[in-house]
Amino acid sequence: MGVRIEKIDLPGFGVRHDVVTQAGQHIGVLSFRDGHREVALYDPEDPDAILGSVALTGDEAAALSDLLGHAALLSQLSGLGSGTIGLFTEQLVLPADSRFLDRPLGDTQARTKTGTSIVAILRGKDVIPSPTPAEILRLDDLIVAVGTREGLDKLDKLLAHSQV
Amino acid sequence: MHDETWMLIEVGALLLGLSLLGRLAIKFGQSPIPLYMTAGLVFGSGGILPLQASTDFLSSGAELGVVLLLVMLGLEYSPTELVGNLKSSARAGIWDGLLNAIPGAVFALVLGWGPIAALAMAGVTWVSSSGVIAKVLRDLGRLGNRETPIVLSVLVLEDLAMAFYLPILSAVVIGASLLQGAITVAIAVGSVSVVLYLAVRHGKKLSRIFHSEQPETLLMGVLGLTMLVAGLASEVQVSAAVGAFLVGIALSGQVAHNAEKLLAPLRDLFAAIFFVFFGLTTNPADIPEVFFPALILAVVTMSTKVLTGYLAAKRAGIGRPGRWRTGLALMPRGEFTVIIAGLAVSAGVQPLIAPLAATYMLITVISGPVLARITDTAWFKQQMKAAAKREGALAGSSTSVAP
Repeated sequence: MGVRIEKIDLPGFGVRHDVVTQAGQHIGVLSFRDGHREVALYDPEDPDAILGSVALTGDEAAALSDLLGHAALLSQLSGLGSGTIGLFTEQLVLPADSRFLDRPLGDTQARTKTGTSIVAILRGKDVIPSPTPAEILRLDDLIVAVGTREGLDKLDKLLAHSQV
Repeated sequence: MHDETWMLIEVGALLLGLSLLGRLAIKFGQSPIPLYMTAGLVFGSGGILPLQASTDFLSSGAELGVVLLLVMLGLEYSPTELVGNLKSSARAGIWDGLLNAIPGAVFALVLGWGPIAALAMAGVTWVSSSGVIAKVLRDLGRLGNRETPIVLSVLVLEDLAMAFYLPILSAVVIGASLLQGAITVAIAVGSVSVVLYLAVRHGKKLSRIFHSEQPETLLMGVLGLTMLVAGLASEVQVSAAVGAFLVGIALSGQVAHNAEKLLAPLRDLFAAIFFVFFGLTTNPADIPEVFFPALILAVVTMSTKVLTGYLAAKRAGIGRPGRWRTGLALMPRGEFTVIIAGLAVSAGVQPLIAPLAATYMLITVISGPVLARITDTAWFKQQMKAAAKREGALAGSSTSVAP
């Protein structure tokens, strides 16, 4: 799903990007020439006026975008689907009796056996993007994988293998 | 030797005084420009304490102030912004010109100052002050507001229009014959168009001759080029201000960004001198005579500015409070009013234009930012709500009648 973003020039100052959320709220992101940013919210009673804004330095803006970016990356990945290129994203829960519990990700040999890629692991509030084979899988991990429909089904079965 | 010593003393004392005045103004949330100009009136010919030794320096400083103000204005706008605004807001720009230039011209004709003075007065009342307004918008925290791009695009178009207006005015005021005047105007407008086109298309090449990472050479290079072009432009009656503005537009990218930072303190210094100098050359004894006409003109043209902003915002789909904010923000006049008046007076068009423009600008610059705050008051918000309710009731009744 595309997000509506409008770009508006502020001659002499910089640009403003207007993000319209699905709920119809507007968020203004002001990027000034000197590098500082402001995030503004609009007054519901007077939608042309800002209610207030938060000034961010370049570093703070980058940190904030990282924070939001992880979440966005995942939702983008799950939006990859639609089947046009035959690739799907799936979030798999590691079953409590899986034999890979508390073992490194590499042990699953997921890529070799199923042809899928595990692009991220969600653990509680943490996101582990591009996990290495050494990453230990924990209980309640949410595994984000990209692959063909068949591959993902295989991966699902693979992970569900109970301890022998 | 003696004169130069006095020059140091006078200019030093003046700048020190200006700094203190400026602090006072900023403390009260006011633009320091009115105080600079008032200081000029006090120390000028016919003032309380006329300066002697420093007038030459201040005169050159004022000229440099115009050049710096304009080159900075050009640097602030990127060519794409100019072209984009021209496309999207041309209509607002035309309305702005008609609504605000005509009252000035009519005023001059009513006073019997003749058509050339009318052309100058049209410019005096037309152009809002980008500097003052940008500062007001920043101070009131309105940069994120949805009507702010409309305010800014009106300012951009006015500044762009000046690139054509000033050469025409400079050609007309030297009082050439009709044919000769027409040729001069054609040359002026033609060269501005060509330079503007080249600046927009090939500005990057010009920027490449400068090295953006060496502050010293960049400062000298950009200032040198600007003064050179400004001087040449002035020589062919295109006006120094326009030459400087075009240089500013032509420079782009990192060079423009760094040059802006380097030139800003110079601009602040010499722009202050520019306003002081205009005060110096204006005889305060002339002010009482023009005070009421200036007041009337200010009331009329501040109202037409409000109307301009209101209509432009309405067209852009801005709600009623935002329309008022747009209009009220646009009221202050500033640097161009003074530049145009200076141009007209130095060509001997009508000496009273100087005190009139000074008084007029002071009124708009002092009252404009104060009036712009009205829209933040509880009273104004109450009025807007009441108006919205009336409109809602009206719409409600009409729909119930319609079927």
